[in-house]
Amino acid sequence: MISWPGLIAQLTEIVLAVLLAPVLLGWVNQWRAWLQNKSGPGILQPYRTLRKLFAKEAVLAHNASPLFRATPYVLFACMCLAAGIVPTLGTDLPFSPAADAIALVGIFALARVFISLAAMDIGTAFGSLGARREMMVGFLAEPALLMVLFTASLISHSTSLATIVEHLAQMKFVIYPSLAFAGVAFTMVSLAENARIPVDNPSTHLELTMIHEAMVLEYSGRHLALIEWSAALKMFVYSCIGIALFFPFGIPAGGDAFGLLLALPALVAKLAVGGFALALIETLSAKMRIFRAPEYLGTAFLLAVLAMLIHFLLES
Amino acid sequence: MPGALQLILGVILLWLALGLAGVFFPRNLPLVSRVLFPAGAVGALALAAAALDALGGDTQSLVLPLGLPELPFHLRLDALSAFFLLLLGAVTAGVSIFAAGYFRRGEGTPPGLQCLYYHLFIASMALVLLADDAYAFMVFWETMALSSYFLVTSDHTKPEIRRAGFLYLLIAHVGAIGILLCFGLLHGTGDYTFDTMRAVQLAPVWATVAFALALFGFGAKAGMLPLHVWLPEAHPAAPSPVSALMSAVMLKTAIYGLLRVLFDLLHMQVWWWGVVILVLGLATALYGVVFSAVQSDMKRLLAYSSIENIGFILVGIGLAVTFQAYGMRALAALSLTAALYHCINHAFFKSLLFLATGSVLHATHERALGKLGGLIHRMPWVAWLALIGTLAIAGLPPLNGFVSEWLMLQAFLFTPSLPHPYLNMLIPVAAAAIALAAALAGYVMVKFYGVVFLGQPREQSLAAAHDAGIWERVGLVWLAAGCIALGVAPVAVIGVIDAVSGQLLGKTLGASAAGWMFLTPISPDRASYAPFLFLIVILAVWLLTWLAVRYFYHSGMRRAPPWDCGFPAQTARMQDTAEGFGQPIRQMFEPFFRMQRELPTPFDAKPRYRVIVEDHLWYWLYLPIVKVTEALTRVVTLLQRGRISVYLTYSFVTLLILLLFVK
Repeated sequence: MISWPGLIAQLTEIVLAVLLAPVLLGWVNQWRAWLQNKSGPGILQPYRTLRKLFAKEAVLAHNASPLFRATPYVLFACMCLAAGIVPTLGTDLPFSPAADAIALVGIFALARVFISLAAMDIGTAFGSLGARREMMVGFLAEPALLMVLFTASLISHSTSLATIVEHLAQMKFVIYPSLAFAGVAFTMVSLAENARIPVDNPSTHLELTMIHEAMVLEYSGRHLALIEWSAALKMFVYSCIGIALFFPFGIPAGGDAFGLLLALPALVAKLAVGGFALALIETLSAKMRIFRAPEYLGTAFLLAVLAMLIHFLLES
Repeated sequence: MPGALQLILGVILLWLALGLAGVFFPRNLPLVSRVLFPAGAVGALALAAAALDALGGDTQSLVLPLGLPELPFHLRLDALSAFFLLLLGAVTAGVSIFAAGYFRRGEGTPPGLQCLYYHLFIASMALVLLADDAYAFMVFWETMALSSYFLVTSDHTKPEIRRAGFLYLLIAHVGAIGILLCFGLLHGTGDYTFDTMRAVQLAPVWATVAFALALFGFGAKAGMLPLHVWLPEAHPAAPSPVSALMSAVMLKTAIYGLLRVLFDLLHMQVWWWGVVILVLGLATALYGVVFSAVQSDMKRLLAYSSIENIGFILVGIGLAVTFQAYGMRALAALSLTAALYHCINHAFFKSLLFLATGSVLHATHERALGKLGGLIHRMPWVAWLALIGTLAIAGLPPLNGFVSEWLMLQAFLFTPSLPHPYLNMLIPVAAAAIALAAALAGYVMVKFYGVVFLGQPREQSLAAAHDAGIWERVGLVWLAAGCIALGVAPVAVIGVIDAVSGQLLGKTLGASAAGWMFLTPISPDRASYAPFLFLIVILAVWLLTWLAVRYFYHSGMRRAPPWDCGFPAQTARMQDTAEGFGQPIRQMFEPFFRMQRELPTPFDAKPRYRVIVEDHLWYWLYLPIVKVTEALTRVVTLLQRGRISVYLTYSFVTLLILLLFVK
């Protein structure tokens, strides 16, 4: 049942995701710096940060519970699992029957609940404030993401991500109105979920409107390194979901070794373009007031629902 | 070799005997808590085992020489009853063991009487599930309502608890009238056994009326919108083991009744019945979760969350009815499986959480979320076990709440194949509402767990809190283990549920196509989910990461005061309160609430913040009904003159009128 190329594709995919995720982050930051007329730290900067953090000792608050210490590992495990499910290099992944599109949303929810609980664990004002905001963003973004995935599932009659990608990659190259709406909704959701502008600002951690940074204020050393790494992985996985749903061309069906060789450059190229687009969006838009975030996410949610309706009206 | 039904009756008799023993020693706490409650728990386990055995076997029935002269009590044990008895037995075992360590001296009703009401309550619930004629059903149904009323009002010296008990009793009886009328319609011209009702063919109009009455009657017991108002009052008022039983099992008896009438006695489905249940279920789910997000009393929060979960179950039943009406039996089986799976899931995680609040209540004497916090350090057992319940109820993989949610969403994904031109578009969109409710449940549970167990203690007195005793721990561990087992072995659980869907729908979801690990409803290439593999991978990556970090770097660690952006004057009062955590929901869903707010100005010497959140329905629906009733009673009091001669005149006039009719 398990094919060797499939297994190789599976392992390559996870290892690649874990190793490449910081580069993607560095790439986005570098482009953002260039677009804003700054020189930028270089795309390898996230690795240096991680090395520095791993080498430092961890400083824990006196009343930190074991939950606080376990959370970074849980986060990292969740994101590795997510990276293993989303097909990027092939669709014949031995791991893909373990979790489908709905379970993928469940993994992100698990990670979010854990980091929010950890943020409330120390009992600082900023921590619980960040947890509250994160859950607020989450409860609107999660159903929106689910509806985007529903639209894709309805088109391909399956919730298995591998089947969805196979189906979408073989479709004729025309613009599907439902996928267009879903694409806009997905972009909005992934900006919010990855704590990017316009919902959150990743380059600050002393701002009263911060969300993600407020939650991880009390972390340091290796714990912080794992959290930063998971955040980078999350962005990587979200980009891969976007590629799988909206630009699946080039992901080989099945898992032959030649296809794998071709898929890798295609993936890197798509990620590079996607990273540039993210930097462009962040440069061109301003951060919203936190009270505006529900409206923004509500719009994304409605767009995703609309995508589903349009699929029924026009395409079935 | 006695059959499963005889064994179950034996357990019920044991429970009644234990209850009676409590009456003779009302204040003998060691006897009640060390002998009677543990014995009841053992009985519950035996009942669960017998029910599990009966699920695979044939239907058994029995006639007891009790009841009316021409209508003795008919009992019947089929797959549907057996499934709910299994739920009852498995959950009650945990709750009874917990209760052995819970009841204390000097709190409300003496422990012996509590023991009587408690065992009467579980015995009557078991008998409701076994009843096979309308008379027996109503007798046991009322026994269940009354015994739980006495349990709810066990702290009857407080006026608000008496009020909650009255409201509960009132709505329970209004609902019972609906059920009684429904049975009256169903029996046709025969006697009141369920067998007769199965044979009667009702005209569509009368069938619809019977459906509406059943939905009303059982909906009132289940806490369906707009009959939910008693639930957030009664559940918090009761002692925690009773809250757990009411929420976990009693609400499910209403679901059982609805399923019994819809799929067994009425044996016909109309598509729009399903849509009505679906819409009411969605409304109930959203209403419940939005309200539970703004509560600041931990037991009320859980009670509203029960309303949400009942909404979820109703959505599954509604989908099943619609699919069945169109003859799509495999999909009806999928939806019904999701609903039944959620029944048993909710029974486990909700009783776990209610019991955990009971331990917190005993340790701190505090129910308000605003006065708790940091209990994970003082009560590690309760906190870690409650964490499992919290993750399960938030619908997170790989625990059990996620499985039923996943099955439900899969069922929704099939709704575009409905052969009705509008339903096939609108019902899939309803999945958006379900997804929203499920995501909000995560918000609520982070609030619940974070405020109660994490952070710093908000009051000085919390430093004296103690962890749960050994009996309480055993009960909690049993329920938490259930949450995990139901979460990682869904294929086995669905094998059990299949007996029920086979009986009700004539079609089962069937065993998994890809082995015991993979849950693959309908077909493996459509969707599959393997929670066990999921858990293994998460644990493996966790371990690998942990080892790698230790090996390549170091495990140096230092404790220090919290940083909090360098703010030195941090106190426990600066943490988010329950009100603060609910604020975004209050703001976003403002039309849902009737709010009174008192905000301080920046110049107040003693700033005071007060917010009261109430239910619109109370003012829009219930108070008008109260007013009308009061007006009617004033009219009726005109008849009451308080003089015997007037009453004799009434009797005389009545006799005259009756004589006219007789002629």
